[in-house]
Amino acid sequence: MIRLTDLYMDLPGFTLDHVSLHVRPGEFFALMGATGSGKTLVLETVAGLTRLDGGRVDIGGRDVTGLPPEQRNVSLVYQDHALFPHLTVLQNVMYGQRYHGIPADEGKREALALLDLLGLGSQEKRRPARLSGGEKQRVALARALACRPDVILLDEPLSSLDPQFRGELRRTLKEAHANTGATFLMVTHDFVDALTLAERAAVIKGGVLQQEDSVTNIFRRPATPFVAAFTGMTNILPATYEGAGCAFAGCRFDGLPDLPHWARGYAAVRPEDVIVGAESDFPADWCVLRGRVERLEREGFTWTASVLCAGEPITATVDHHLVLGGRLAPGTEVTLGFARAHLHHMPETA
Amino acid sequence: MALSALLVLVFIALPLATMLTAPTWEVLRKTLADKEVLDSVWLSMTTAATAAGIAFLFGTPLAYILARNAFPGKKLVESLVDLPIMIPHPVVGIALLSLTSPRIWFGQALQSMGIEFMGTRTGIVTVLVFVGMPFYINAAKSGIESIPTRLEKVSRSLGAGAGATFFRITLPLCWRYMLVGMIMCMARAISEFGAIIIVAYHPMIAPVLMYERFTAYGLKFSQPVAVILILVSMLFFLLLRTLSLPKEKE
Repeated sequence: MIRLTDLYMDLPGFTLDHVSLHVRPGEFFALMGATGSGKTLVLETVAGLTRLDGGRVDIGGRDVTGLPPEQRNVSLVYQDHALFPHLTVLQNVMYGQRYHGIPADEGKREALALLDLLGLGSQEKRRPARLSGGEKQRVALARALACRPDVILLDEPLSSLDPQFRGELRRTLKEAHANTGATFLMVTHDFVDALTLAERAAVIKGGVLQQEDSVTNIFRRPATPFVAAFTGMTNILPATYEGAGCAFAGCRFDGLPDLPHWARGYAAVRPEDVIVGAESDFPADWCVLRGRVERLEREGFTWTASVLCAGEPITATVDHHLVLGGRLAPGTEVTLGFARAHLHHMPETA
Repeated sequence: MALSALLVLVFIALPLATMLTAPTWEVLRKTLADKEVLDSVWLSMTTAATAAGIAFLFGTPLAYILARNAFPGKKLVESLVDLPIMIPHPVVGIALLSLTSPRIWFGQALQSMGIEFMGTRTGIVTVLVFVGMPFYINAAKSGIESIPTRLEKVSRSLGAGAGATFFRITLPLCWRYMLVGMIMCMARAISEFGAIIIVAYHPMIAPVLMYERFTAYGLKFSQPVAVILILVSMLFFLLLRTLSLPKEKE
């Protein structure tokens, strides 16, 4: 549906460096990256709102590189909603319909149905200033959907919302995607949003695409240490590889599956895959390390323990009962274990 | 602080109040019946309004370009726009007169099209546009800058072209700034004297008539003309200012 080929843009202090990407018809695709990585620029390029220095944009098999935004049949939803403040909710939702050949009475029926579907049935006469953040974002989504676009472009749609509205809007987005069959391209800096909503994703850093794959692979098999760290795989340990073995954090592990052929690289494991327990708790084929708890940190309802293993800190998500029961405290000697299948390897040069 | 503020207000109000209260009712009544005075006030108001209208039509695209684009030489263009505010007004008159002189190609071209500049309404309006345009462009530019670019981007992505986006999003959101710009442009135009006296002594706008009455008959005869111009202008600007105030909406 969307094919970006070699997008190049040279701006003061930033270069979008030959970005290529393929979003399949009807899929929910997430483009992830930190602030300033160029993800919104890619989105605006798809919308036709920025001028490219090189490359090509195809939407639905049609080369739209030289076309203005209004001829691309895409709708854009920004994180700050960008609702038209001088128009009512219904006028906002109906704004683009006339340009898509939708008759006014039919458009109004559809707009009202969309507002109902998104839980805004009684709000059609209100002005955007009187709506909550979640309501504004749903109006922006309704406005985008009301034009019956081929592609919906979402720029961090959840980031400006309070936590209690986020889950609600995630469900709304999922339903809207399932009901409309449109292709959704979302940019986000939050990998949880991508994990919840998208089927495939890509990660961009400093205008360079790092990885494009299924969401599962990006989370389980990140291509670079940056992607690993970005997606929460925070245990990235320098490793050496020799024969059928791999050594990191002061231990050597033999007989690991899918070992790479390089001599040096990184072994990585997600904190939630690392278990703190007694050595006898772990199956015989698990990787087991010993270390001392350096610090414990609370992250919402969960706790993480940073354990120093031969000078390398390894983070593990731990059961709060262990911490609150006093069985785990800074200085405690512990054993860490994780399944061999959860260990991921990345080359040093990546 | 309050004392300083009061001092400034007195400084502005005192000369005006003195002038406004100087003419007797009898003199004021006679002046109001004087066709030459009424014609000059009417000419001042209509030429100033025409200048503001022209500033709106031709200044808006430039204000939009300056508000929405970064380009090499932008500071230079902005300085050029502000230039009429800084240069002495007789210089403006002389410059425009030189440009439209039949001795140079531009003046000859105008003459061949039947456009007379010296001593005509056309000449007066041209001068007023020249001196008032910066006020309009700067106000309109501020208005356009106050609208988030994303609103226009969303409008474009929803299918509206650049023109439709301007008329459905940009203009409704910044027309108050533009109106204030037009008021400022018109106010500046009504007060213009230095350039007009060079380009068009006749037909006489109110400031030129005041000057003529002052030099020919003295202060007593120029004051009532000033009072009438001030009162008419104040009434008009109050009306426009009221229109430009934002209304509280749901």
